[in-house]
Amino acid sequence: MRIVVLAKPVPDTTGQERLGPDLRVDRAAVPAVVNANDEYAIEAALKLREAAGEGSVTLLAMAPESAPETLRKALAMGADSGVLVTDPALAGSDTLSTARVLAAALGRLEYDLVLAGADTSDGGTGTVAAGVAVLTGLPYLSYAAKIEPTEGVVRVRRISPTGYDLLEAPLPALVVATQALGEPRYPSLRGIMAARSKSIVAWSLADLGLDPAEVGGAVASTKVLRAEAPPTRAASRVIRAPAAEAAAQLVDFLAERRLI
Amino acid sequence: MGTIVVIAEVAADGSLARISTEVATLARTLAAASGHDLRGLVVAADPGAAAKELAGYLPEVEAVAAPELADHVAPQRVAAEAVRLARSADLVLLGASPDGRDVAGILSAVLGRGVLANATAVTWDDGPVVEMSVFGGRLNTWSAFSAGPGIVTVRTNFVTAEPASSVGRVSAVDAEPADGSPAVRVLERVAEAGGAAPIEEARVIVAGGRGVGGADGFRVVEELAEALGGAIGASRAAVDAGWIPFSQQIGQTGKIVKPALYVGLGISGAIQHKVGMQTADTIVAINRDPDAPIAEYADLVVVGDLFEVVPALVAALRARSA
Repeated sequence: MRIVVLAKPVPDTTGQERLGPDLRVDRAAVPAVVNANDEYAIEAALKLREAAGEGSVTLLAMAPESAPETLRKALAMGADSGVLVTDPALAGSDTLSTARVLAAALGRLEYDLVLAGADTSDGGTGTVAAGVAVLTGLPYLSYAAKIEPTEGVVRVRRISPTGYDLLEAPLPALVVATQALGEPRYPSLRGIMAARSKSIVAWSLADLGLDPAEVGGAVASTKVLRAEAPPTRAASRVIRAPAAEAAAQLVDFLAERRLI
Repeated sequence: MGTIVVIAEVAADGSLARISTEVATLARTLAAASGHDLRGLVVAADPGAAAKELAGYLPEVEAVAAPELADHVAPQRVAAEAVRLARSADLVLLGASPDGRDVAGILSAVLGRGVLANATAVTWDDGPVVEMSVFGGRLNTWSAFSAGPGIVTVRTNFVTAEPASSVGRVSAVDAEPADGSPAVRVLERVAEAGGAAPIEEARVIVAGGRGVGGADGFRVVEELAEALGGAIGASRAAVDAGWIPFSQQIGQTGKIVKPALYVGLGISGAIQHKVGMQTADTIVAINRDPDAPIAEYADLVVVGDLFEVVPALVAALRARSA
């Protein structure tokens, strides 16, 4: 079972993230971590490989040059190797360029299954994986709560408003992971040390046969016009009183606001 | 002037998804400012009911019957049908729901068009200006498309749905021939117990966190939700501990909600959860810890033991409505 996991380094959500003067995400401002949702995809990949007893888990990321260190943590979880597509021309890419680049990279890899996280904490569109599926021609199964590859097909429970739909598609396929797949493991000390010698290959746009006039920041289809901190909420009111008294004040508060 | 197209979402029972009424309302506001024509698209195994409802919001609705959607996932088919209208549209609008995001992502790649996602507002100024909340809600941005047409997904609960003053026209349109893209079959649709209305649609949400202590503790959350006529939500800690399903999770890796009232019980309210509920109109926290992060942005904080305060509150609410 050869699995590729799409992983994106994103600014750590510490509260220090910001836009640069060009109103693009300033990726140098804070340390990068692997996007939280992608960790669920990595964990699912590791579990699938363990269940199969053989295979490989490869991380694929499009990110700035500094990304290898961020990928090390994911390698420390147990992934085998990483492929990093990095090129100065890719700074400021939109979701369409990202999908094109990842699809081109997948074109040079061999796999049975591609996993991706649901969306990212920095841009958060949740549309890249669907685009990658279109461009690679892979069947697309999203919002997976359970993934079961079997006999050349994959069965996925796709979360629905009322429960789930049980889907089936032939392999290779692209599946979008959700948190419901299970908590990502913490890297062990042994895993951290092993990660140091795992390979992370870097590919440029030229390596993928892509033209910077057609993908990347120069052709970004969207732009930020302006940014502002949201209006702050009014200061909170605090009630410290015995339960019955607190309850009475709460009821008055809710009544005042016409919520009851 | 060109067209603005609304791609509607249809629930499994054939009814129009609520988010689509909001998106359609937004589309009308934009078209009034821009002079665009409006078109809605409904694609479903049996689109009649949803198309009729959407016509209450848009002047022209195209209904496409795609019988294979009875046992195939919708987004691929919906996108295939939408290409025809979207190709010549200046703006395509969808709800920022799981299906909406999938359709947006597929269309973006097929048409080579950009996406602005999770809009909390859209206005018209020589093109759509899309407001979004980024960095865990600490920054609002206004964005536009650099080169003409684009696709926008719209968050639920930020636009209030309003029917149009007159009912629009529904035309039945033949489905496109199969385009050879991989079909994903639905083997079974399973309804799970407690498949309540999605919490994104709830006007009142009572959420439980680590402080609730266990699945039993959630009974207190349920009682308050019931007394307030609301839905039950949870922080990631409660979901990871197995006390409540993932579908109720609010936060960075869960759902984003915008209820009129959010009550957090035993929830610290750190950034990952805050992102999911900070735009609620009124936020009330009941927590033993007066320094919990949620105290910084809640409208009202009750410092106390939730297992004492909540029963007292439920009793007071019941007495009031008696």
